[in-house]
Amino acid sequence: MNVIEATRLGKRYGSTWALRECSLAIPDGHVAALVGPNGAGKTTLLNLAVGLTTSTAGTVTVLGGAPAGSPVARDGIAFVAQDAPLHKNLSVTDMLHLTRNLNQRFDQGYATARLGELGIPLDRKTGKLSGGQQAQLALTLALSRRPRLLVLDEPMASLDPLARHDFMATVMAAMADDDVSVVLSSHVLAELERVADYLVILSRGSVQVAGEVDDLLASHRVLSGPDAEADRYAECLDVVHALHSKAQTHFLIRTDGSINPVPPGWKARPITLEELVLAYLREPGAASLPGPMRVRFAEPTEVAQ
Amino acid sequence: MTSIEFSLDPTSGVPTYLQLVHQVEHAVRLGYLEAGDQLPTVKDVVASLAINPNTVAKAYRELETKGLTVGRPGQGTFIQSTLNPVALPELSGLQRSLLAWLATADTAGLDEDGIVALFANALREFRDRRSGSGVRRGAASDEAEGVA
Repeated sequence: MNVIEATRLGKRYGSTWALRECSLAIPDGHVAALVGPNGAGKTTLLNLAVGLTTSTAGTVTVLGGAPAGSPVARDGIAFVAQDAPLHKNLSVTDMLHLTRNLNQRFDQGYATARLGELGIPLDRKTGKLSGGQQAQLALTLALSRRPRLLVLDEPMASLDPLARHDFMATVMAAMADDDVSVVLSSHVLAELERVADYLVILSRGSVQVAGEVDDLLASHRVLSGPDAEADRYAECLDVVHALHSKAQTHFLIRTDGSINPVPPGWKARPITLEELVLAYLREPGAASLPGPMRVRFAEPTEVAQ
Repeated sequence: MTSIEFSLDPTSGVPTYLQLVHQVEHAVRLGYLEAGDQLPTVKDVVASLAINPNTVAKAYRELETKGLTVGRPGQGTFIQSTLNPVALPELSGLQRSLLAWLATADTAGLDEDGIVALFANALREFRDRRSGSGVRRGAASDEAEGVA
């Protein structure tokens, strides 16, 4: 089952396309990370998927085919928007009361137990809680709805490292316990390495990279060798990004593993998720997509120099 | 009660699931974990390290494939066999002589990197001698360096 499936999805604000020709299929049972530079269309894509806005072109379905925004879709998805959306003048108890009454399903037992574990005082106004507590409260309210898909837009942006860790621990525990699938957008690449097992890179409103993290890491390498030979080898390698220094050239290449791509005298090493993301963000023309979708995109650029 | 606490080194470059596998292997090899000991549940690991549950499940599958652990449905994952035929007293004896050797190396002026390099070199030589392929070592290792 795909938790989010978009086909040639587009959203235009005035004369600007925030998202265009966006096709992707995010499978369930994963923590899918959505990354991309500011203005790439991450928030627009998430808002379309959860039904907060309607598309200008194309379609988006969720939870195995339900149209985004339909009652089935809304019931199965919990969404936490940027900056912990809470009514700042309500107490924690009132916020629980409100959320319970606005939703079909609400697990009061889970909510109070979780807030107890976190030591969040129920009588305090949510605006008086710390940033980490506000984020945890918004997350607890979302998980109390017992969703099948949890969507988080920049959940960790304003949190300190400890609060980030605790926040992600809550998300991951929910996933382990209740088979919740997670889709989150984030700028914090170092955190993604630990949590994400599916990656989507958005660039200029389109999908640039999509796939299982393990597959992506297995199909990319960093090659390092003498600068003098670089041009010669660049032609026969699938280079995503090249970094030239005085004596050495580093290529981030894509390889299907069937042939040994290492030229004699060169060194190859595996890449980290962070390196992979940075390389693609620096080369908006390069794409790495699952099978049939690739044809829609221009040929990957060779060494950009 | 569980007998191992996992920790992660984000700078090591080793995939997270492999770090978990290695930590169990080390604990078993050094006798901290014995047959019958229970590993923490996936949820416990996930809640303390804030990592993807699929990563922990992958590590536990790997340990099971290696025959080191066995998963009992509804109960958890348990250590099945020990990697370690060497008894604890011998181990601590070996540890003592290694510490003495380290002190000698330190006196001789080797720094930590030098010690690691020397040990890795000696280990390679030992391995080659044991497998009887010492003659071909030069050619084989050159080739390996090109690929690695």
